[in-house]
Amino acid sequence: MRNLALSDDILMKVEKPARYIGNEVNSVMKSKPDISVRFAMCFPDVYEIGMSHLGIQILYDMLNRFDDTWCERVYSPWPDLDAIMREKKIPLFALESQDPIKEFDFLGITIQYEMCYTNILQILDLSQIPLIATERTWESPIVIGGGPCSYNPEPIAAFFDIFYIGEGETQYRALLDLYKKCRESGESREAFLVEAAKLPGMYVPRFYEVTYYEDGTIKSFEPTRADIPRTILKEIVTDVSNTYYPEKPVVPFIKCTQDRVVLEIQRGCIRGCRFCQAGQLYRPVRERDVEMLKSYAIKMLDNTGYDEISLSSLSSSDYTHLEELINFLIDKCKEKKVNISLPSLRIDAFSLDVMEKVQDVRKSSLTFAPEAGSQRLRNVINKGLMEEDIIKGATLAFEGGWNRVKLYFMLGLPTETEEDIHGIAELSNKIAVAFYDTVPKEKRTGKVQIVASTSFFIPKPFTPFQWAPQCTKEQFLEKAYKTRRAILEQLNQKSIKYNWHEADASVMEGIFARGDRRLSKPILKAYQKGCIFDAWGEYYKHDIWMETFAECGIDIAFYTTRERSLDEVFPWDFIDCGVSKTFLKKEWQRALEEQVTPNCQQQCNACGAARFQCGICSAKKEGGSL
Amino acid sequence: MKLRVKFSKHGALRFIGHLDVMRYFQKAIRRAGIDIAYSTGFSPHQIMSFAAPLGVGLESNGEYMDIEVCSLTSTQEFVDALNAQMADGIKVLEVKLLPDNAGNAMASVAAARYTVAFRKEYYPFFLNSSVVDNFMSQEQIIVTKKTKKSESTFDMKPYIFECLFQKENCSITMTVDASSANNLKPSLVVRALYEANKQEFDDFGLFITREETYTNVGTADAVQLKPLGAVGVNIDE
Repeated sequence: MRNLALSDDILMKVEKPARYIGNEVNSVMKSKPDISVRFAMCFPDVYEIGMSHLGIQILYDMLNRFDDTWCERVYSPWPDLDAIMREKKIPLFALESQDPIKEFDFLGITIQYEMCYTNILQILDLSQIPLIATERTWESPIVIGGGPCSYNPEPIAAFFDIFYIGEGETQYRALLDLYKKCRESGESREAFLVEAAKLPGMYVPRFYEVTYYEDGTIKSFEPTRADIPRTILKEIVTDVSNTYYPEKPVVPFIKCTQDRVVLEIQRGCIRGCRFCQAGQLYRPVRERDVEMLKSYAIKMLDNTGYDEISLSSLSSSDYTHLEELINFLIDKCKEKKVNISLPSLRIDAFSLDVMEKVQDVRKSSLTFAPEAGSQRLRNVINKGLMEEDIIKGATLAFEGGWNRVKLYFMLGLPTETEEDIHGIAELSNKIAVAFYDTVPKEKRTGKVQIVASTSFFIPKPFTPFQWAPQCTKEQFLEKAYKTRRAILEQLNQKSIKYNWHEADASVMEGIFARGDRRLSKPILKAYQKGCIFDAWGEYYKHDIWMETFAECGIDIAFYTTRERSLDEVFPWDFIDCGVSKTFLKKEWQRALEEQVTPNCQQQCNACGAARFQCGICSAKKEGGSL
Repeated sequence: MKLRVKFSKHGALRFIGHLDVMRYFQKAIRRAGIDIAYSTGFSPHQIMSFAAPLGVGLESNGEYMDIEVCSLTSTQEFVDALNAQMADGIKVLEVKLLPDNAGNAMASVAAARYTVAFRKEYYPFFLNSSVVDNFMSQEQIIVTKKTKKSESTFDMKPYIFECLFQKENCSITMTVDASSANNLKPSLVVRALYEANKQEFDDFGLFITREETYTNVGTADAVQLKPLGAVGVNIDE
């Protein structure tokens, strides 16, 4: 039996000790003497969140298929254990072997949201790895970052040896081979990093230098060596049907956020909503072969014993073979008594029919994401959803027996006016009216329940809105109060519940999202003052953050509310995600002109992603041109 | 067909709570391809019930759950199929086919036998057979039981069927009431023993293993304990 890194008295003291013991079904154990590369894969948040992440499951499976590599997992110790580990100087350990992370060759950290940055420092610190990358020796693992936030890695560049830009399936083998070669021939850590920086998709921040203008914007961003690239092109899997995907995902003992089989049906999105970063980063859309998905669905259910399967993608309704796949799943899942969950489906006759088959109508609610309250603003953000589609979908749903509707909106979008905010209330009311018009009195079981939620818009890199100013906290809150008042004015206000997001955290997220290298100082300092788990409301210490920014001479407005000029060099411009800056500029212009851009299915808009020669870009199109 | 499954729980898995063990078995049963019966209704669930929840941190050699299956080739095959799906730490020990009139696992529980061992730094030098025997020879063993809202005293003596000191490995074995109405925690008994001897008590010093779970085949007055699994039979192919 394995020895645990934590003693019994610690495990009995902390909340949910099962977070730290490993040994889950399908977790991979290997024999150390047979292994030449030890890889610790980290999601810098609590176990239940980290274990729900598909990307790590894919890479964990892939790396463990390599005979010479053992990939293990590590997550952020919850604050109760964090305090004990600091006090007793217990080094952070991997779940499988329970060995200290500092003994590993690689520490891979997936960076899914900005608010986890201090947790990255927590991971490094508890692992007893120097926080600043350039202070590390071969005594420390190579710290490599990936995931969506690595598309603007600058605020945390100081803490990483390498960022892997793009999809992990393609370059890890080459990186591990390079590592083995360098270790065998006794190369220095620096020499290895130079070679790594030459591999596709690898960004080694220490070899790039930034200079600034007096106004704080970037003057130049250049490599300090001639033999490494000036720009880093993202890595992409061109054939998503013949690649790595886990047949035996790890099954946690404790209930996690995503407690089911997850089947990723496609990558990317055809839609091009202008606020959405994922929609640009993962272009072009690439569908997995439906036969592959069917076969994985069965294998994964059989190998995990889960009683639920969920389809994952940015917009499942756009998947070509959706109907065939769903019918197959309904058939098989009935046999196996497995539930099907279908997030991100457009509400129409087909999806309602499917949902009626797979869900308990009385219990489930319908979700629409109009994102903006008026058609004008929906055109600005290029959200193709029309009001009549929403009302029609809702009406169909009410006829089918649903009486709960969730609506998602954003506040603070570029060009937003009072009318747009009012539109949120009016649309909510119209849906309530549709219910009372559709469902006769004798058939109603209680009131219709409409929940309208708003989040605050945060401009993200590589979107057409990357030039847009973000609202101040006061503006955000004013907008939320206006929305609330407008909803209270509606005839059916008693059927409408309104929720809005935290404004403080949105400001913070905005600073990091478009931040630069100068932010690593306040991040480090805030961490040293005790900031961790910033994504968790109860641990987020807004005052300490604001105080720290002030101490470090950071002007928050420079990162958030400032309007960027079209020729400004952005901290993330050295990354090429396939979509060109020219295209994004054009889209920003079209947004201001309230012009809708057709989706990739309708026509090619020459965004630049066609250079990858895969997915929808290489499919033959009728009406469009390349 | 109703089956009674007996399993053990050791090592790291003692940190998995009762509800998670249930979820764990639901998945294991699916993976093993066992032909389990489902409830009817919109979201069918496996027909499964556990005998007596085991506290986090305890090990066990005598856990039970009842399940209903639609078909069964042999009890041995069932044990093998399920064991092929177990994580390190949980092992299926036996499966018995229950008679139709058998009560469900939870309602059947009358008592459990425990071994209470002591961690190194907590070795109780005051303990020996006569200390335990003296403790047990009291007319009453009054303890205070604290709940979130109130404090009450009760006599635990009637709920201790047996309590012995084991000299060879310096442990205490005890058989105590484990019915849902009068479940007695072994640590509460040890605490009373410490207090009776004016010794400082620390919960953490104990290492407790549940050895067996019993049902009462006698009467309320003339208790006759039998392992929960003894009511069923093996089925050969």
